[in-house]
Amino acid sequence: MSFFGFGQSADIDIVLNDAETRKKAEHKSEDGRKDKYFLFYDGETVSGKVNIELYYDRGNHHEFVSLVKDLARPGELTQSQSFDFEFTHVEKPYESYTGQNVKLRYFLRATVSRRLNDISKELDIVVHTLSTYPELNSSIKMEVGIEDCLHIEFEYNKSKYHLKDVIVGKIYFLLVRIKIKHMEIDIIKRETTGTGPNVYHENDTIAKYEIMDGAPVRGESIPIRLFLAGYELTPTMRDINKKFSVRYYLNLVLIDEEERRYFKQQEITLWRKGDIVRKSMSHQAAIASQRFEGSSNPEKSPTQDSEENS
Amino acid sequence: MANTIADTRRLFTKPQNLNDAYGPPSNFLEIDVSNPETVGVGRGRFTTYEVRLKTNLPIFKLKESSVRRRYSDFEWLRAELERESKVVVPPLPGKALFRQLPFRGDDGIFDDNFIEERRQGLEQFLNKVAGHPLAQNERCLHMFLQEDSVDRNYTPSKIRQA
Repeated sequence: MSFFGFGQSADIDIVLNDAETRKKAEHKSEDGRKDKYFLFYDGETVSGKVNIELYYDRGNHHEFVSLVKDLARPGELTQSQSFDFEFTHVEKPYESYTGQNVKLRYFLRATVSRRLNDISKELDIVVHTLSTYPELNSSIKMEVGIEDCLHIEFEYNKSKYHLKDVIVGKIYFLLVRIKIKHMEIDIIKRETTGTGPNVYHENDTIAKYEIMDGAPVRGESIPIRLFLAGYELTPTMRDINKKFSVRYYLNLVLIDEEERRYFKQQEITLWRKGDIVRKSMSHQAAIASQRFEGSSNPEKSPTQDSEENS
Repeated sequence: MANTIADTRRLFTKPQNLNDAYGPPSNFLEIDVSNPETVGVGRGRFTTYEVRLKTNLPIFKLKESSVRRRYSDFEWLRAELERESKVVVPPLPGKALFRQLPFRGDDGIFDDNFIEERRQGLEQFLNKVAGHPLAQNERCLHMFLQEDSVDRNYTPSKIRQA
């Protein structure tokens, strides 16, 4: 009987790190047959992998972090028991992301290795990456148009916005020779997966917000005030683990009386702001948030965990 | 750091010139298709329509013009625009060949209701097309709208604003 034969779905794939070098031993199974199994001794480590799963390329998993802890020695379990574990100060470099063609997940997996087949249980966790206010955050200001027909100057107050921020801007009309019916601003999310000739972009309109109804004339300014907290947004992700990117664009769209659309797309950077540190937070979380919010004198962590594998 | 309230005040804007605010808009363009008239006798009859244009757009040489066109002139214009420009040209009202067959109960292509429906369709077509920034660059459009007759042997070219 195969050590790995337990009929679970394809996205949970337990692979032993030393599958190629580990010895096998024959062992009689319950139905009298003799099969070969991977041989483990007392105190040995069983280690496996944490996965990134690409939907279009199922089975192609990429690890970026993997930590293993032994919780109990080989032996018999005669009654229900509870085992403590702790992975101290685990590096979690990327934010959890579930998209159209790619998924990045962090999870804990507890595995009980048995003679015939393992029992395993997974617990997904979510990781957020935090940033602070960028030092440089220039406004975006540009003049665009169609020669002799439509000239506008648009301005957005920043180029980098946090997820609960407000986009403040304006559209100034320099020349209007077409009959405009209304104007809107859209937030577009573009998820890019794959490399080289297999790059694939998935565009998704997250928001549509009408900022003007009616025909403007030269010299008019139309204000923009768009609150981001109401929309499902993630931080901008650039070339995560060289596997995927998630970028955001503001799309300014003018529609004329014959339903023709004139648009200008502009990329913005989104980042996640940390919350205020509250007194009731755990010690570790307090250290973590201090590190992100840039206070002086962050405390050192209490002990280095020597058992930690990387 | 404290949770700062975002500054949502409007950006600074220049006050608008009052002439711009209350003067005529720069996008005035009106096109009417009207006054259908049937000319000729017997089997050589056909219907013409008046195409009237009023505008202040600099791309049009005449700020007011009036010409007479027949259905096949509209067909010519549509074909020219499709070939010469990148515009997705809207459809014309139907050709109605079946109305030209004999032994009909009504007046065929000279039926009043049919002419009115066609007139509306032609007007919609011209308004859609004449307001298109790319179509406005085509010589064929300007010839159709503002010259006395359509020269089918013309040389296609792009118009640039004077």
